[in-house]
Amino acid sequence: MATSAVDHAHTHASASHGPSTGLWSWITTVDHKRIGILYGATAFVFFLLGGIEALLLRIQLGRPDNTFLSPELYNQLFTMHGTTMIFLAVMPLSAMYFNFFIPLLIGARDVAFPRLNAFSYWVFLLGGLFLNASFLFGAAPNQGWFGYANLTSKQFSPGLNVDFWMLGLQILGIASLAAGVNFFVTVLNLRAPGMKLMRMPMFVWMSFITQILILLAFPVITVALILLMFDRFFGTHFFVPSGGGDPLLWQHLFWIFGHPEVYILILPSFGIVSEILPVFSRKPLFGYAAMVFSGAFIAFLGFGVWSHHMFSTGMGPIADTVFSLTTMLIAVPTGVKIFNWIGTIWGGSVQFRTPMYFAVGFIAMFIMGGLSGVMHASPPADLQQTDSYFVVAHFHYVLFGGSIFALTGGAYYWWPKMFGRLLDETLGKVHFWLMLIGFNLTFFPMHIVGLLGMPRRVYTYPAGLGFDIYNQIETAGALLLGVAFLVFIANVLKTWRKPANAPADPWNGATLEWAIPSPPQEFNFPEVPTVHSRDPLWELKREHGGPLPEPQHVSGAGIHMPNPSFWPALAAVGVVAVFVSLMTSHRTGAIGVAAAISLLFFSVYNWAFEPA
Amino acid sequence: MSHDTAHALEHPTSTGLDNRKLAIWTFIGSECLFFASLISTYLVYRPKVLQRGIGPFPHEAWTSPTGQHFEPILEIKLVTIGTALLLFSSLFVVIGLNGAQRGKRAQMLGGLGATILCGMFFVGMQVYEFTHFVREGLKLQTNMFGASFFTLTGFHGTHVTIGVIWLITIFILALRGQLPKEKALNLEMAALYWHFVDVVWIVIFPVVYLMK
Repeated sequence: MATSAVDHAHTHASASHGPSTGLWSWITTVDHKRIGILYGATAFVFFLLGGIEALLLRIQLGRPDNTFLSPELYNQLFTMHGTTMIFLAVMPLSAMYFNFFIPLLIGARDVAFPRLNAFSYWVFLLGGLFLNASFLFGAAPNQGWFGYANLTSKQFSPGLNVDFWMLGLQILGIASLAAGVNFFVTVLNLRAPGMKLMRMPMFVWMSFITQILILLAFPVITVALILLMFDRFFGTHFFVPSGGGDPLLWQHLFWIFGHPEVYILILPSFGIVSEILPVFSRKPLFGYAAMVFSGAFIAFLGFGVWSHHMFSTGMGPIADTVFSLTTMLIAVPTGVKIFNWIGTIWGGSVQFRTPMYFAVGFIAMFIMGGLSGVMHASPPADLQQTDSYFVVAHFHYVLFGGSIFALTGGAYYWWPKMFGRLLDETLGKVHFWLMLIGFNLTFFPMHIVGLLGMPRRVYTYPAGLGFDIYNQIETAGALLLGVAFLVFIANVLKTWRKPANAPADPWNGATLEWAIPSPPQEFNFPEVPTVHSRDPLWELKREHGGPLPEPQHVSGAGIHMPNPSFWPALAAVGVVAVFVSLMTSHRTGAIGVAAAISLLFFSVYNWAFEPA
Repeated sequence: MSHDTAHALEHPTSTGLDNRKLAIWTFIGSECLFFASLISTYLVYRPKVLQRGIGPFPHEAWTSPTGQHFEPILEIKLVTIGTALLLFSSLFVVIGLNGAQRGKRAQMLGGLGATILCGMFFVGMQVYEFTHFVREGLKLQTNMFGASFFTLTGFHGTHVTIGVIWLITIFILALRGQLPKEKALNLEMAALYWHFVDVVWIVIFPVVYLMK
């Protein structure tokens, strides 16, 4: 491994800052690994919150004519469950892996803009708290995560519920866009010498494509939310038919964002699985180039299928046909990926450790979700299935059976690198089986009740329609899923008490992060590695003729790392304060917005002029 | 575009492009979708305004049910001047940037100053236009033209305003001698943003003011 000469020439006298601790060090941190941990911890708490919301919904639906939840509370809970899982759990859990592992996988010392990275996190945290603060007012969003007009109009939703939702999503969009720019530049610009684009680990590729989707999709939802905000706060009629507006415009804008969003949720998981499978099959990823291009093709097509969410609006035969065909076309690159994953395992020396369980579980569950997805690509079938539990079954198979399985597998795979401790294998496998069984018990019967005609988003159902037994099974399965994650938490607590003595490379990994100590030192790589192949560490081990010696902790003297800063956190407070002010009365709102923008400008100027 | 080597040496990047320059291009790419959505919204509602028959209209005279007469509300001449100045400001910022990159202080300050003045005129023109419309009876809530017009041009105007503040900041730095050749990238980023804001207006101007 050669050191980039330029890198050494440039080393300032500023020694690396020692590992600092305490709350202040976390608030001011710009270290991508610490920010990654912050993302992960925060997102996991929101994930549990969204999970508890789901359990409450399942308890309500456990028997017919139940009165456990009021219809109003049921509406709030299903809206917050969806919004939380998408924006506060799956996206930021992916962001945890982007943060912690993209720099490690490409051989970089940090992201391109460390302070912007901190800013993204703080905006996300405050946005998530803002959204959930709605519960304190008894006014959580209650119109569904898709926020269709006219449900969101002032006339039909006069309360604060929709305000919390539309402002909260705008805040979270700012965090995603800032992170999108950051990681796009990081991947393009901070690769170690020799790491060409077509040598990047698949997780980096899929994350890179995800950033492009974020950058192109989030501005559209931002505009839709701004128009909705104007309707609600300033009396325009963008989505109000009585004033000349068109509610369908909301649906178009929302789904032009919403369908790429689906790929934003799943592509990072594709990447994680593509890292796990080769390592535990002892074989390089099968069809690397096909994997890259199919991922890019999925993302490209993702912008041309949005109206398949709108077949029931009656768009006419031509639009229906076009969107039906593009939707079915997406099955092709997705199928390519699935065959390549199977090809990776095929003939390999397969080692069934916990991460591998989750990766294989992912493939099986995702195939089932994909198959039901192809079914409602056909408009006539979709007209039967739309708004029924069949659709709920479909997207939970791809987003839980897909994303959550892969994200959980990633946790078992990368935990030793993040914290220097291996999670317990036995508890891990118990977690997997409980999750697999609980998941299928919860969501498979939804296909059946959906086809029997049980509608989504309705707080109860009468007895005697043939729904009862399936709903009982679903509720039991959901409770089992809760237990599965309690096992995971127990595993984490148990692991926490063990000494941090995991080896640098516990799985015989192929990628650069396994070449450095666990957990990595602040500067990641004492010497920036040079890359010659797609599996740089396997290549190095082959040349070395066996396992590499355990990497030692070294002094970071001479390596210039960015300074901590609290301006990003303060700027985030400014951003969120703008939106909080908008919720108050006209007079205080105007003063609040002015004060918040001043705080934002003050922070941004100090940020721009402080030495990095 | 001259690439300052001192900076490139400081942060070697895989593409050879400076991180910040790549970031501003990325941001601009993302912003395209923002304005595309706003412009689409305007185009979707534009024909519906006449159908509903509630004025004032952009290009058509209107008599309200109460007998009040409204002239076509757009003032194309004034906005054409503003558009021309905004277009020229893109030339001025190039001249200023060229001065900054070659270390020519007078050219840098002159170019920057002219850009800022054009930008301020444009914002001033828009403030006048908005207040004039409100006095004439076209508010945000009046009809779908008012709603989509004020939203589209308002967000563009906000972008111009942020650009003016950014350029003024750099102008002050340059005045204090804190923008040497090696830091010309600081100006180049603002200039790229400024060109983008300008290009967006080149789309908005014909769509809103010229298309009937």
